[in-house]
Amino acid sequence: MTDAMEPILQINHLSKRFGAVQASDDVSLTVLPGRLHALIGPNGAGKSTLISQISGFLMPDAGQIFLKGRDVTHLSAERRVHMGLGRSFQVSNLLLEWSARRNVMLAVQARRGGSFRFFKNVWKDAELRAAAEAALQKVGLQDRADIRAMELSHGERRQLEFACALALEPAILVLDEPMAGLGPEGTAEMTAFLEELKHSIPILLVEHDMDAVFRLADEISVLVYGRIIASGPPETIRQSVAVQEAYLGSSSDAA
Amino acid sequence: MSTLLIAEQVLNGLQLGVTLFLMAAGLTLVFGVMGLINLAHGSLYMIGAFCCAFVSVETGSFLLGLVAGMAGAAIAGAVLEVVVMQRLYARDHLDQVLATFALILIASEGTRWVFGDVPLFLDVPQAFAGTVELVGGLTYSKYRLLIIFVGLVVALGLYWLIARTRLGMRIRAGESDREMIAALGVNIRLVYTIVFALGAALAGLAGSMVGALSSVQVGMGEPVLILAFVVIVIGGIGSIKGALIGAVLVGLVDTLGRVFLPSFFQLFMNSSDATTIGSSLASMAIYVVMAIVLAVRPQGLFPATGTSSA
Amino acid sequence: MTREFWVSVVVLVGLPVAAFIAHITGETYIINLLTRMIVLGLAGIGLNFALGYGGMVSFGHAAFFGLGAYVAGIAAFHAFDDSLIVSMPFELGGTNQMLLIWLIAIFLAAVLAFLIGLISLRTSGVYFIMITLAFAQMLYYFAISWPAYGGEDGLSIYLRNEFPGVQTDKAFSFFLLCFAILLLVLLLCWRFINARFGAALQGARMNALRLSSIGIAPFPVKLTAFVISAMIVALAGALYGELNGFVSPSNLSWHMSGELIIFVILGGVGRLVGPLIGAIVFVLLETYLGGLTDRWQFFLGLILLATVLFANGGIMGLIGGRTRHD
Repeated sequence: MTDAMEPILQINHLSKRFGAVQASDDVSLTVLPGRLHALIGPNGAGKSTLISQISGFLMPDAGQIFLKGRDVTHLSAERRVHMGLGRSFQVSNLLLEWSARRNVMLAVQARRGGSFRFFKNVWKDAELRAAAEAALQKVGLQDRADIRAMELSHGERRQLEFACALALEPAILVLDEPMAGLGPEGTAEMTAFLEELKHSIPILLVEHDMDAVFRLADEISVLVYGRIIASGPPETIRQSVAVQEAYLGSSSDAA
Repeated sequence: MSTLLIAEQVLNGLQLGVTLFLMAAGLTLVFGVMGLINLAHGSLYMIGAFCCAFVSVETGSFLLGLVAGMAGAAIAGAVLEVVVMQRLYARDHLDQVLATFALILIASEGTRWVFGDVPLFLDVPQAFAGTVELVGGLTYSKYRLLIIFVGLVVALGLYWLIARTRLGMRIRAGESDREMIAALGVNIRLVYTIVFALGAALAGLAGSMVGALSSVQVGMGEPVLILAFVVIVIGGIGSIKGALIGAVLVGLVDTLGRVFLPSFFQLFMNSSDATTIGSSLASMAIYVVMAIVLAVRPQGLFPATGTSSA
Repeated sequence: MTREFWVSVVVLVGLPVAAFIAHITGETYIINLLTRMIVLGLAGIGLNFALGYGGMVSFGHAAFFGLGAYVAGIAAFHAFDDSLIVSMPFELGGTNQMLLIWLIAIFLAAVLAFLIGLISLRTSGVYFIMITLAFAQMLYYFAISWPAYGGEDGLSIYLRNEFPGVQTDKAFSFFLLCFAILLLVLLLCWRFINARFGAALQGARMNALRLSSIGIAPFPVKLTAFVISAMIVALAGALYGELNGFVSPSNLSWHMSGELIIFVILGGVGRLVGPLIGAIVFVLLETYLGGLTDRWQFFLGLILLATVLFANGGIMGLIGGRTRHD
């Protein structure tokens, strides 16, 4: 391992408080190129709050966020996307009335720009269509391109979200529980997919499925009450006493 | 500009304010609890005024008229709720706007049908006619003072109802979690009907009392309705406290603006131009206040988030 | 081609044919009625751009409609007696040239909509409905209390303004002029909606969070659509003033805003030609129901209520079939 690798995402001393609740307490973590960094922790540990701050929907009280070495702490969510921050949501977040293809085409459009073009027909735009087809192909949804998002299965919607995220050509992906609700087979497929993907796009993964986390992660951080209590390679985390007590120990049946 | 004039205008503003509060309280409750935007609230105000005028003239008793105004509006409200509104709770705001707009057309034309095109006249009750001398040589209309008093009593009563009673508890629960309250076995439909009828009764009360100051006619509810909307937007939709503070603010700004803006412009331009500009600006003043409030706080002064801030 | 397309074609061919027949048989009243349908439909199409495609439930579009009408009225008023609108700091007189009037109306509406949108679009849901209503009321009360242009009584346009090469005072010529504008606006809207802008706008309506998370900020997209919508409505307002030869504060009232929403919903939300159909039905009801009884608004109310409660999707939803999203 060379220390010269520049982190894609770096979070320094992030803090956020809601009234009496310290949702993020001096959180620092980095995601390196080609790596998957998993963030685990019990419910209510502040994982969603952290993701919201990273993606720019919530402003931290203190601390900085760097994307590819640039300070993005005060940039809008949309600017961060343009700088290469891709994300998926816990609950599917799609344009349900539109076909899968249209969903991806809008993402391609967002990447290429031109949302203030008024005349050329967007749905016949060969450039957008081709890029959308390619993204659908990557997630294996090419045969379902004409189906409306609301008619897709839960697992297919997950795939579609990935297609949209990939269409943005992100430098890093922040994934919020991508395995949730997928079932054993879907989880296995998703794990294989992410294992492949992380080599081209580094990933910050928030996930409850411990098998998947320990199989995929190069590094794991454990968040409890807004604070990172342990951080390191999977073996270290598995053996950490603090983690066992705070987290894994309390739900040994889950691991 | 004498202190007496200012004091009198402040009282006028307060009187308009409490009237608006009576309207706004119902609107904001119905929105907070049922999520319904009800344009037809002004029609309930009108129906109350017509019932009051009719019964007062027939019986010669203003008090009976007032009771009839409230009861008439409450009954009309309950019927509307059961027949129409219940179908609208789950709809989007657009459908609600259009359906209640349609109800205004029906109510206005229906009232014309029954009472004709001529306005009814309602007299101020004998006991409250004339003026009374207040501190410092200020004389003021007894009836307007009565309106202010009634409005403040209703505000206190609503506060007590929502904070202290079983019905109030259910209303608060209904605001924060409709499914939960249904799961607890509370008859949520009945609570909705009661809340709607309560709001209607307050609108009827406002219409009846104001009817004696002006005339009772079709369309009288519409300007008041729009002012009440401004009130609840400023106060924060769903909040009774916000409605009270917003109402007094709107009442004062509107009244004082109409009186003092023209005089203000006379300080540096000729009198007819000043009157024109002053009164034009005064008629826009409350909307400017609303725009400023929303530009700074898009959810109003007291946003009701889930739980009632009453 | 979808059924919606064919319904639209029938309506767009039917209107000029009807007007032509009325022209031959000398039924000026009918031509004016058809013109009224077109002008109100144009306003509805303008509102639909914001409401149907952008999901912005504006209850204050009468502000733009009335603004357009007043621009036509005020320009004609000063052109008629050759006086100045503004004498300081520069001199500006009236005009009787429709093209210039329209440009001014559209420009002023754009500025006004930009300012109103800037504040209103920070809010959403019921706040947006009410704040747009309040801004329109602001203009309404201003028009009532400003005596120079008739105040509450309104303002007459004694001679219809002029358009190069068109005898605007002839009912059929004016109808054709309005119809040409309608077609032009429909064409533009159709292009806008199916361009990248339209895709972003509809995305913002369906799911603003989705739009943000792919890197398109919803606010400027919606604000632009709001401004375009206001410009169309203002143009319709100017034509409406010309048609009636009269402008008044009622063009700015919240009843007008309500009627514009009625056109959209009656015809079908988010259907290009829907609001025109809504306006046609509205004018027919107004004319024929109004001929039967003075209380026609009572029955209009019942019909509207029934439409909302039982026929979601409007007339286009009933006869035009489902919208396509391939």
